[in-house]
Amino acid sequence: MMDMTPFSTSTRGFAIGEPILELKDISLRFGGVNALTKISFDVREHEVRAIIGPNGAGKSSMLNVINGVYRPQEGSIIYKGQRLSGMTPPRAARMGIARTFQNIALFKGMTVLDNLMAGRYLHTNANFLEVALQMPRARREETRNREAVEEIIEFLEVQQIRKTPVARLPYGLQKRVELGRALAAEPKILLLDEPMAGMNIEEKQDMCRFILDVNDHYGTTVVLIEHDMGVVMDISDRVVVLDYGKKIGDGTPDEVRSNQDVINAYLGVAH
Amino acid sequence: MAIETSKVEQQTGDTFAKLLLSHASKWPDRAAIREKSRGIWRTLTWQELSNEVAAIAAALQARGLARGAHIVFVGDNRMRLHTVMCAAHALGAVIVPLFQDATAEEMLSPLQMTQASHVFAEDQEQVDKILQLLPRCPAVRCIVYDSDRGMRHYEQPQLIAYPALLNEGRETAGAGRDVTFNEVARGTGHDVAAVFFTSGAAGPSKGVVHTHGALIDRARSAAKMDGLDETDVALAFLPPAWIGQNLFAYAQPMVTGSCICCPESADTLFSDLREIGPTYLLAPPSVFEAMVARVGSRIDGSGPITRVLYRACMSLGKSVGGRVLSGQPVFIGSRLMYGVGGPLIYGPLRDVLGLSRVRAAYTSGDAINPEVLTFFRALGVNLKQLYGTTETGFFVTMQRDEAVEPGFVGPAAPGVELSVSPANEILVRSAGVFKEYLHDPKATEQAKTADGWFRTGDVGSIRADGQLKIVDRIKDMGTLTNGTPFGPKQIEIKLKQSPHVREAVAFGGGRDTVCVLVDIDTATVGGWANKQRISYTGRADLTTRPEVHALVGEVIAKVNAELAADRQLAGLQIARFAVLPNELDADDGVLTRMRKLRRDVIADVYRPLVDAMYLGQHRAMLQSTDRGSDGPTVVADADVVILDARTFQASQTKSAA
Repeated sequence: MMDMTPFSTSTRGFAIGEPILELKDISLRFGGVNALTKISFDVREHEVRAIIGPNGAGKSSMLNVINGVYRPQEGSIIYKGQRLSGMTPPRAARMGIARTFQNIALFKGMTVLDNLMAGRYLHTNANFLEVALQMPRARREETRNREAVEEIIEFLEVQQIRKTPVARLPYGLQKRVELGRALAAEPKILLLDEPMAGMNIEEKQDMCRFILDVNDHYGTTVVLIEHDMGVVMDISDRVVVLDYGKKIGDGTPDEVRSNQDVINAYLGVAH
Repeated sequence: MAIETSKVEQQTGDTFAKLLLSHASKWPDRAAIREKSRGIWRTLTWQELSNEVAAIAAALQARGLARGAHIVFVGDNRMRLHTVMCAAHALGAVIVPLFQDATAEEMLSPLQMTQASHVFAEDQEQVDKILQLLPRCPAVRCIVYDSDRGMRHYEQPQLIAYPALLNEGRETAGAGRDVTFNEVARGTGHDVAAVFFTSGAAGPSKGVVHTHGALIDRARSAAKMDGLDETDVALAFLPPAWIGQNLFAYAQPMVTGSCICCPESADTLFSDLREIGPTYLLAPPSVFEAMVARVGSRIDGSGPITRVLYRACMSLGKSVGGRVLSGQPVFIGSRLMYGVGGPLIYGPLRDVLGLSRVRAAYTSGDAINPEVLTFFRALGVNLKQLYGTTETGFFVTMQRDEAVEPGFVGPAAPGVELSVSPANEILVRSAGVFKEYLHDPKATEQAKTADGWFRTGDVGSIRADGQLKIVDRIKDMGTLTNGTPFGPKQIEIKLKQSPHVREAVAFGGGRDTVCVLVDIDTATVGGWANKQRISYTGRADLTTRPEVHALVGEVIAKVNAELAADRQLAGLQIARFAVLPNELDADDGVLTRMRKLRRDVIADVYRPLVDAMYLGQHRAMLQSTDRGSDGPTVVADADVVILDARTFQASQTKSAA
C-alpha cells in the first residue's frame, strides 16, 4: 500500500532550505583515543539527515557534540549562521535542539501525560511560587502547555495510554513517548539516537512513519543515528558515514550506497 | 445563518432534516453531539449542529450534490461525519456508509453501483483508497476529508478539507439559505435516505435501499418501547456502515433528541465509555464478552477477600439479579442480600465498566453466550437481545424488561408482524422493511412478497407467547446422510461459550458426521498455557501443542455431552476436529466486516483440511495460496493435526458432565 500513495519528496510539506547547522573540522579526543577526527558536514533546514557507521564509529559522540554534552578540542559549530562556543545541553535545548536517547530517558513512574508536560519545561515562565499558588499566569501556561501536549498525543496516536505510567508500557511505545517528550519542546532540530534500536519490524515501520510525519507536518529538521541500513536509506535525505571517527562518505542514500569506502567499512575488506 | 425553523415546525418530522430543525428550535441549547478530541469532550448543541449543517449543505450544493445523488462515507464515528450526513439529508441526497477497514477493491463496487458523486473520507488512508479508484469511478466529483494530517501535498481538484468546505458554506450562506430551506421542505418520508451494503455473508454484497420513513419508523418504535427521550445519552463506536449503528447513533437521536457521543479513538473505547456513562447502549456480543474477560482478569489479580466477595456476590446475582430487573418476585432474604451486594460489588463493577447509568443495553448481530447475558443481568445491567437484519430496518424483535430469556430474541417490536413460512423461514412485515435492492429488481422480487412480507432467510420458530427463536440461516441448514437435520450455528454457539474458542466452523450438511474447525482465542489459550508452564513461540506454535489439542478436545467433549442430552441433537455430536493454525480474519476474506463467517469461502480455503477430516486422515497439509489482492488466502503453509472427539451415547449423559 505504501508505494501507492502519491507521496514524493519533491512535494513535501517544507522544502529543504539552507544549512541550519554546520560542523567544521570537529575533533574529539578522550585521552589518547581519537573519537572524532576532523569531521565536517552540514544539516539543511527541514531535511532528514542520518549519521551511520559500524559500532564504535563515533556516531553517538557526534550527537553529543552537537548538543553540548562533549566539547570538541578542535573545530567549530555554526548554528543559524552563528558560531557557537561553550555549548551545554541546557543551552542547546533553549536554542531549539531536542534529543532522544539510545537507552530511554523518561520518568518511568510518571504517566505519559506528565512526561510530555515535563518536556514543556522550556515553555514555562511562571516561577515556583506562581505555580504553587495557581496564579493566573501559571494557570494560563498550564492550559497552553496541555493543549500543545494533547496535540502531540493525537499526532503520535497515544491517546489510550495518556494516563498510563511509562514503566508499564512496551518498549516500542516508550520510544514513541520519548519522541513525544522531545517534540513537546517544539524544537527546530531533533536529534534521535537510534530511534529504532531493539524494535520489531512493525514498530520500526510505525516509528519511520512518525519521524517522516514530524518532518513533514512540523517542518522539524531531523538528525538521526541508525544501525538499520534499510531504514536509513528509506527515510533520509542525506547520509553521513563515519568509521573509526572519520568521515568516509556523505551524500544521498544512493550515492552512499555505491561508495566503495562505505561498502568496505560495512562488509569488511581483505587486508 | 440558521435555517428558519418556524416554517418547518408545523410539518411532521418525516425526514431527518426536518427532525433536526425541529430539535434546533425546541432544544437549541441541549447537547446534540459530543466528541472527545485532544483530551476534552467538545459539545455541539442542536442549534450549533443545525447551523453547521446548513453551511455544509450550502457548500455541498454549490459543489453539485443534487437531490437523489449518492454520497459515500468512509470513516469512523466523528462529529464531522455526522454533520455531513445531516447536510446530505438536508439536500435530499442518499448516504452510503461503507466499512472503514474495507480495502479499496471492496469499495469499488458500492462506488460504481451507486454512481456516487461525492465522498466523505476520514483521513489520508481513506482518501488514498478513493483516489486509487478514481479512474474507475468517473462520477466522483468531490471528496471531502476530515483529518488534514499528511494531506498537504495532495493537489487533486476533487479534494476539499472540511474546514474549507465549512467556510465556503458560510460565505455562500446568504444566497444558499433559502435554497437549503427549500430543499428541506421538499423532502418527504418516501425519499430514499440511505443505502447499506449487506455484510456479504451470503455471496456478493447487495445494496439495501431504505427511505427516511422506514428508518424513522423503526427508531420511533424502539424509542417508544424503552421510553427514550432527549435526556438519553449513547456512545457511537460501531462501524457507521452497519445499519444497527446508524439506527442507534443517527436515526435515534434525530427522533428522540438524545445526545450521541463519539469516542476519542477505537483504543480508548472503555475509558470513554466510563467518562460518558451512556444510558442506552448497543453492541455486538464481542464487546460484552470483552468486558466480562476484563473483569475476570482484574479479579484474578486482586486480593483474596475481593475474590471471595466477588464469587459470593456473583453467584447470588446470577439467581437474583435478573429476576429483580424483570420485576419478578424474589425471596425477601435474597433480595436483602442482593441489596447489600450493591455498594460492595455490583455498583463498583457497573461503574468501572461505564454502565452505571445504562437503562437499556442491547446486543445484536450474533447470538450471545447465555453466560455473558446472565453476568450483566446479575450486575443489574438491563442487557437484552434484539434481532433484525439490514433489510428489515434492524429492529424486528426486542426482549422486554420483564421477559429476558437466553436463547430467545424476544417478541415482535411495535409495528412489526412476524410469521413463519412452511419451510420454517421467518417472515417480517413492517413499515421499516427496505424499499428495494439497489439496481436488482429480481433479487427484490425474490426477497419481498407481493403483500409486503420480507423473507429473512433465517430459520426459526415463534413460541405461543410470541418469543422468537432463531436457529440458523436457511441456506446453511442441511441434513446428515442419516437424515438428521443439521444447522452449523447451534453447534458453533455451544463451542464459542468456551473462552478458549474464538470462532468455530461446523461442517455436516450432506456428510455422514459433524466435523469442526476451531479457531482458538490466542489471548486466553496463551494465558492458560503460561499458567500450565507450556512454552510456545507464537500462535502457530500454540495451535500445534498436544496440550492445547487436549484442551480443545475437552471443550468439544463437553459440547458433545450437552448434545447427547438432547434426543433431537444427539446425532449431531462432533466426530472430528482440527485447530486452525491462523486466525480467521476479515482481511483474508473468510469473515465479513461484521465478523460473520463466510462459509463458502472458508470451505474453499480449507478444502484440503476438510477433505482430510472426512477421509479419516490424521494430518493435512495446508499450502499458502495467493489469489491476488482481493481473493481469500491461506496465510502460511501449515501441517495440521486432525483429532477424534469423544462422543457419548444419548443416554450416557450424567458421567460426561
